[in-house]
Amino acid sequence: MTTLTASSARNAKPINFVLRLALGLAVLALAVAPMWAGRAELRLMMEVLSYLALAQMWNLLAGYSGLISVGQQAYVGLGGYLFFALAMFAGVPVLAALPLAAVVTALIALPSGWVAFRLQGAYFAIGTWVIAEVFRLTAAQVGALGGGSGISLPVALAQSIAESRDGRETVMYYLAFVIGIASVAMVWGLLRSKWGLALTAIRDSEPAAEAVGVATRRVKFLIYIVTAMFTGLTGAFIFLQKLRITPDAAFSVNDWTAFVIFIVVIGGLGTIEGPIVGVIVFFALREIAADWGTWYLIMMGAIAIAVMLVDKRGIWGALRTRYGLSILPVGFVLDITPPARKD
Amino acid sequence: MTTLLETRDLKAFYGDFQALFGIDVTVADGETVALIGANGAGKSTFLRAITGMLPAAGQQISFGGQTVAGWAADRIHKAGIAMVPEGRRLFPSLTVEENLLIGASGGRKGPWDLAAVYALFPDLVAKKTNPGTALSGGQQQMVAIGRALMSNPRLLLCDEISLGLAPKVIKDIYRAVPQIREGGTAILVVEQDVGQALAVADRVYCFMEGRVTLTGTPAELTRAQIAQAYFGAKTEEAA
Amino acid sequence: MVWVNAIVQGMLLGGLYALFAAGLSLMFGVMRFVNLAHGDFIVTAAYLMLALVGMLNVHWAFAILLVPAVLGAAGYFNQRILLNRVLGGDLLPPVLVTFGLSIIIQNALLEVFSADSQRLNAGWLDTASFQLGGGIAIGALPLMMFLAAVAVIGGLQFIFYKTALGRMLRATSDDPAMVPLMGGNNGHVFAIATLLASVVVGIAGIFLAVKTNFDPAAGPARLLFAFEAVIIGGLGSLWGTLIGGVILGVAQTLGAQIDAGYQILAGHLVFLAILVARPRGLLPKM
Repeated sequence: MTTLTASSARNAKPINFVLRLALGLAVLALAVAPMWAGRAELRLMMEVLSYLALAQMWNLLAGYSGLISVGQQAYVGLGGYLFFALAMFAGVPVLAALPLAAVVTALIALPSGWVAFRLQGAYFAIGTWVIAEVFRLTAAQVGALGGGSGISLPVALAQSIAESRDGRETVMYYLAFVIGIASVAMVWGLLRSKWGLALTAIRDSEPAAEAVGVATRRVKFLIYIVTAMFTGLTGAFIFLQKLRITPDAAFSVNDWTAFVIFIVVIGGLGTIEGPIVGVIVFFALREIAADWGTWYLIMMGAIAIAVMLVDKRGIWGALRTRYGLSILPVGFVLDITPPARKD
Repeated sequence: MTTLLETRDLKAFYGDFQALFGIDVTVADGETVALIGANGAGKSTFLRAITGMLPAAGQQISFGGQTVAGWAADRIHKAGIAMVPEGRRLFPSLTVEENLLIGASGGRKGPWDLAAVYALFPDLVAKKTNPGTALSGGQQQMVAIGRALMSNPRLLLCDEISLGLAPKVIKDIYRAVPQIREGGTAILVVEQDVGQALAVADRVYCFMEGRVTLTGTPAELTRAQIAQAYFGAKTEEAA
Repeated sequence: MVWVNAIVQGMLLGGLYALFAAGLSLMFGVMRFVNLAHGDFIVTAAYLMLALVGMLNVHWAFAILLVPAVLGAAGYFNQRILLNRVLGGDLLPPVLVTFGLSIIIQNALLEVFSADSQRLNAGWLDTASFQLGGGIAIGALPLMMFLAAVAVIGGLQFIFYKTALGRMLRATSDDPAMVPLMGGNNGHVFAIATLLASVVVGIAGIFLAVKTNFDPAAGPARLLFAFEAVIIGGLGSLWGTLIGGVILGVAQTLGAQIDAGYQILAGHLVFLAILVARPRGLLPKM
C-alpha cells in the first residue's frame, strides 16, 4: 500500500523533541561562535560549514533527484575562479562578487548540464567528470588568471572586507555560517514546497513519479542548476578564504567530490539530517586520522564501500527508520510497501 | 510409475504477501500433468518455486529422489528441470539456432539435439539464422519449447504456452506434446485453456487463491466440479 | 606534413585508447555495469609490469603473459566477492563502490610506489621505427599497440559471436533473469565478463607502462579516455571503441600540435561535440 501521511505522529516523539532542541542549541552556539571560539576553531568551523553546504547540495542531487555526479568540483572551481575574476578584473566589491559568481556559475551550468543530461546513469557520472576536467584544463590556459600555477587575491581586496584581521575573520565566519545554514534551510524549504513532493516521489520511484505526472526530467534539470549555483557560491567563499586559487586545487575531484560523497553516504543519502551527521563524522575522523596520510584515504574508501554493502541508508538513514527519528520534518512521509505481485 | 517430482506443503511468499498455502503436487516419470486455474491462482508462482527462481529454502520439493528446495536455479536446471517461460522470453540478440543451442548449456545428454528439435518443428529450419524475436508468436513459442528440450530435461515445465496465440497455432504446438512424451520427458503445463489442458493431461490440478482445490484425471472430473474449483462459486449447472 | 604526421600518430595512439575502452564497453554490455576504478586497474597493471620487469627482473615474455593473467584472476574474484553484491537495481551502490575502490587503489599505489612518475624502459623498442618518407615515421611500439588493439577487439568479437561462452554473455546482456533457466549461473557469467575485461585491462596496462609516464593518480584520466572512446564509438559496439579511440587519439595529437596544453582538452572537446551531435555515438548498437 502506498500511504501518504502527515508526519505529525512522528514529530511528537520525545526523542525528536530532544534532537530538535540539540540542533537549535547547536545553531545558537554557532551563531555566537566568534564570542567563544579561538581563531583555529573558527577556521575549522568555516570548513565544516562549507562542507555541510557542499554535502547538502550533492545530497539534493543524488539523494533526491537520482543524479549521481562525480563532477561537482566543476562548480566549486568555477565559483572560485569567477569570484577571483569578478573581484580582481571587473572591480566588483568582494561581498557582491560572491553571489554574482554563483549566478554566473548557474548560467554556465545551463549548457554544460544540457550536455551532461545526454548521458544516463553511471555514464552521466563520468560525463560530469569530463566537464569538470574541461573547466580545469581551460582554467590552466587562462593566462590572466595565472594559468596552471594559479593566482592570489591581492591583499588590498582581502582588506576591503574589514580593516582588522579579527574583523575579517568575523565577517568570513558569518559568511560561512550563512552559507552552511542556508544550504540546510534551502533544501528543507524546497522539500516542504510543492517541489518536495515531486522530489520525494522521484527519490522513491522514478517511473511511479512519471506515471503520476511529475515532469521528472525538468525537475531534475532545475535541481542540477540550483545545486550548481549554490555549489558555486560555496566554492567562491572557499577560495576567498584560501586567498589563492590554482586549477588543481579548484577542480580537485578528491577535495570537492570524493569527500563530499563520503559525507553524504556515511551520514545517510536522501535525508536532510544525513549530511549533518556525515559532516560531523567526517571531521571527527579527520581530526583523529589525518596524519595517517594515504591510509586515512584508504580507510575512507573502505568505509564508503562498507556502507554500501552493510546498509546503504547510512547512519542517519538506519537510525531514522529504526527509532522513527525526524529532526527536520519535510511534511510528507511516503510509506511504500511493494504491491502484491501477479503470480 | 515412479515419482519424479513431489512437493509437500509448499508455501511461497512475495515479501509479506503469501502466494501459496501448502501445495501438494506429484508428477510421475513420463506423466503429463496440467495445472489449471484463474489468473493469480498461484500456478506460475508454483513453477517459479520449483525452478528455484523463487527462494524455496526449507521447503519440501523433491525431484528424482533428491531434495532440491533451496538449490540455485542453474543447479536445478542441470538436475533436469527445464522451463518454457510465460511470454517465451527468447534472447533478442541471439539467432533462432543460438537460442536453441543455449538451452543445451547444462550439458545433459539425451534424445534432444538440434536435428531432433528441427524435426519436431520443421518451420524453424528456414528461420535458424533469424533473430529469435523476429519470428511469429507461434514460431517463437516453438523456439522456446525447443530451447527447453535441448537440455534433455526429465521434467518440462510449460507456463501458459497458448497465451496470445491463434487457435490453429495452439493446435500446432500441442501436436508436439506426444512426441515430447515419447522421449521420456514428463510435462507439467500451466494452462488457462481448460479444454486444452484436459485434452493433453493424464492428471489435472486445479489451483485457486494459492491452494489446490481439485485434483484427478480428466475422465473423473465433471464440468461442475471444475467450475467450482476454478471460480470458487457454484455456477449455473451446480446451483 | 606535421599535420599528417600528427594524424598518423593520433591514430596509433587511438589503439591504446581502444584497449582502455574495450574492457569498459564489455562490462557495460554484459551487465550494465560501469567501473569507475577502470583506469586505476589499468594503472595497477602498468605498475605490476614495472615491478615484474623493472624491479624483479622477470623475463619480458613471461611478464607479458603474467600481467593479464593476474589481472584476469583478480577481476574474476573482485566481481564474485564484491561487485556482484551491488549489481542490479539501484545505480548508486555500484558507482560508489567502484569510486571507493578507485580511491583505495590510488592510495595503495602511492604507498607502495611513491608519487614519482614512472616509465618502463622498453629498450630498442622505444626508438625502433619505420620511415614512411616525408618526415613521417611509424614507431614500432605505437604500431604494436594499434595491432594489439585490433587483435584484442577481433578476439573479443570472435568470443562473443562464435563461441558458447559468447552466446551466454550475449544472453546475459539480453535477459539475465532467464540465464539460470538455461543452466547458466549469473554470478559466474558476470565474473567471466569481468575476467575478459580485466585481461584486456592487463594488456592495456602493459602498453601504458612502456608508452608514457604514469603515476598512482593517472587512473582517472585513463577512465575518462576509455569512457570517451566508448561513447564516441557507440555503446555496446566493440569495433566502435576502436573508431572512438582513433578519433580521440587524433583529436589529442592535433590539439598537442597547436599547443602542448591543448592535448587533453582537445580530446575532451571533440568528445563533447560528438556527444551533442550524435548522443548515441557513431556506431550505435543498443
